[in-house]
Amino acid sequence: MILNASGCLDALTAPRVARSLDIYVAKTITPEPMSGNPQPRLAETDFGLLNSIGLQNPGVESFCAEILPRLEELGMPFWISVGGANAADYARVCERIGERESVSALELNLSCPNVDPAAAGAAEIVAACRAVSDKPLYAKLSPHLPDVAEVATGVIEAGASGLTLVNSLRGLVLDEWTLEPRLGRGVGGYSGAAMRPVALAAVYLCYEATKGAVPIVGVGGVQNGKQALDLIAAGASAVALGSVLFGDLEAPERVRTELEQEALARGFERPGEARGAAHRPSAG
Amino acid sequence: MASPRREQRRVGGSERIGLYTLLRLERGGLEAGLPGQFFMLDVPGHIMPRPFSICLAEKDELAFLINPVGPATRVLCELERGQKIGLFGPLGNGFRTDVKRPLLVGGGIGVAPFPYAAQVMGNPPVVLGFRTARQAEAAQLVPKAEVCIEPQLVTELIPGVPMDVLACGPEPMLHAVHALVPDAQLAWEAPMACGFGACYGCVVELDGKSRRLCVEGPVLNGRPPALPLIDDEEEEAEA
Ligand SMILES: Cc1cc2nc3c(=O)[nH]c(=O)nc-3n(C[C@H](O)[C@H](O)[C@H](O)COP(=O)(O)OP(=O)(O)OC[C@H]3O[C@@H](n4cnc5c(N)ncnc54)[C@H](O)[C@@H]3O)c2cc1C
Ligand SMILES: Cc1cc2nc3c(=O)[nH]c(=O)nc-3n(C[C@H](O)[C@H](O)[C@H](O)COP(=O)(O)O)c2cc1C
Ligand code: FES
Repeated sequence: MILNASGCLDALTAPRVARSLDIYVAKTITPEPMSGNPQPRLAETDFGLLNSIGLQNPGVESFCAEILPRLEELGMPFWISVGGANAADYARVCERIGERESVSALELNLSCPNVDPAAAGAAEIVAACRAVSDKPLYAKLSPHLPDVAEVATGVIEAGASGLTLVNSLRGLVLDEWTLEPRLGRGVGGYSGAAMRPVALAAVYLCYEATKGAVPIVGVGGVQNGKQALDLIAAGASAVALGSVLFGDLEAPERVRTELEQEALARGFERPGEARGAAHRPSAG
Repeated sequence: MASPRREQRRVGGSERIGLYTLLRLERGGLEAGLPGQFFMLDVPGHIMPRPFSICLAEKDELAFLINPVGPATRVLCELERGQKIGLFGPLGNGFRTDVKRPLLVGGGIGVAPFPYAAQVMGNPPVVLGFRTARQAEAAQLVPKAEVCIEPQLVTELIPGVPMDVLACGPEPMLHAVHALVPDAQLAWEAPMACGFGACYGCVVELDGKSRRLCVEGPVLNGRPPALPLIDDEEEEAEA
């Protein structure tokens, strides 16, 4: 299954690209509108992209009134990513959006490197959201966590249905001559190719810790089918495409086809059969 | 409006024009779009494509005028005939060209969209301002352009009679033009990673709201915002 990473595609400006995904994930929504971070918000680095968008979004009320009805018109499954500053914020958005039948799942963004970290612990936020919504809840975790597997088991106990691993890493780029930060906010979220081993490790450890019992969306630097297969072998049940979409609108279809071929070449009839292959002791 | 497409195209030629480089790409059926619209050009060795205004549109060729200000633009200026690069467009909202009393106002590399605009609009009056005489060589791309070099400012060349101004240039120039001609169509710039509304990197403050320049611009006060940017296939077929 191929999804987009939250914040990396707007289905309303690119409906054809959204429809080429199995599930569309909307950008993170917070209770109140957020105007985001100052310009510049983008800087290229050697192995990836640095962004400081800052969860810019219209707030949950305006989202429900103006954007959600148009997402419903797309006629495809979609998830909404949820953000906030504390457990009550997250719960408020989940409660409001959870009313809508069209929303297949809620992804809790517990990990944005561009806003101040949520004061509450991840498990507390998940529990607050679980109390107000019956929808599947995916906890999106940060690669910064010292023990991602421990947090993963904690959020599952608190009621999360699945995991999304991982959000971007914090990074900094300096201007060539002034040696000042290139981004208006200073530090930003680092995404792209350099994320691959980081995402792979998080998926591997969380799959092990949860014994493969919950779905895991693998995210981080995926640009081709082999890289998607790696995430599946480490334990992902689905793969999300992030910054690759900025430069390649055909990426969902291309990665899906390549993934099927790469899986077949290794003796898996379907890519899903390779799930957890990295954990099996190899025969022989 | 023309639907954007992503294609690989060969470099047909590359010429230095003063400090800038005119990069000619084989057109091969690509729509040129409206003056003021832009393409995202892939840059060899770089992750992010970069936005450039359509400078010239001939039957067999699309050309972009490039100011080498940083690593990616320097690579584009060094491309050689026969090399292939990816491009994606036309994107954004261009200039409204069906105006009664047109005047094109450009500053520095802001001259880039005007050779094509002048062609489409039948060579209207043009005023261009540059910092140096080397930069000003780019004025040769626009017929009948009146040119000034700093310390004279291009806003001093705008006549005191009502005109329909289309302007492109550095931010301070656009603010100055706006102060003189409040309803001028202004082409703005912001860093862009996608060009089609996906990344929120290009957001600017507009009437007190944060908006994506690639969706609502780059020309503001021009055409009304058009959504979606990437059409459905059915709609594409109709376009
Ligand atoms: C809609 C749109 C249309 C554009 N059309 C054109 C065009 O037709 N021709 C063209 O040459 N450029 C155009 N630009 C600007 C061009 O996209 C940028 O200059 C380019 O992306 C810079 O990439 P870089 O890697 O070379 O420099 P970066 O590494 O991004 O920047 C290097 C350094 O140069 C500075 N810098 C960046 N851009 C500029 C600038 N424009 N002027 C002065 N300093 C700058 C940065 O602050 C940085 O310090 C357009 C931009 C937009 C948004
Ligand atoms: C421009 C940009 C905006 C993003 N916005 C969000 C967001 O709103 N919510 C979220 O959970 N993740 C956001 N992310 C993180 C991505 O969803 C993803 O986790 C990360 O980019 C790693 O994947 P990639 O390397 O494939 O891009 C954003 C990433 C980028 C590059
Ligand atoms: S350039 Fe990505 S949203 Fe405008």
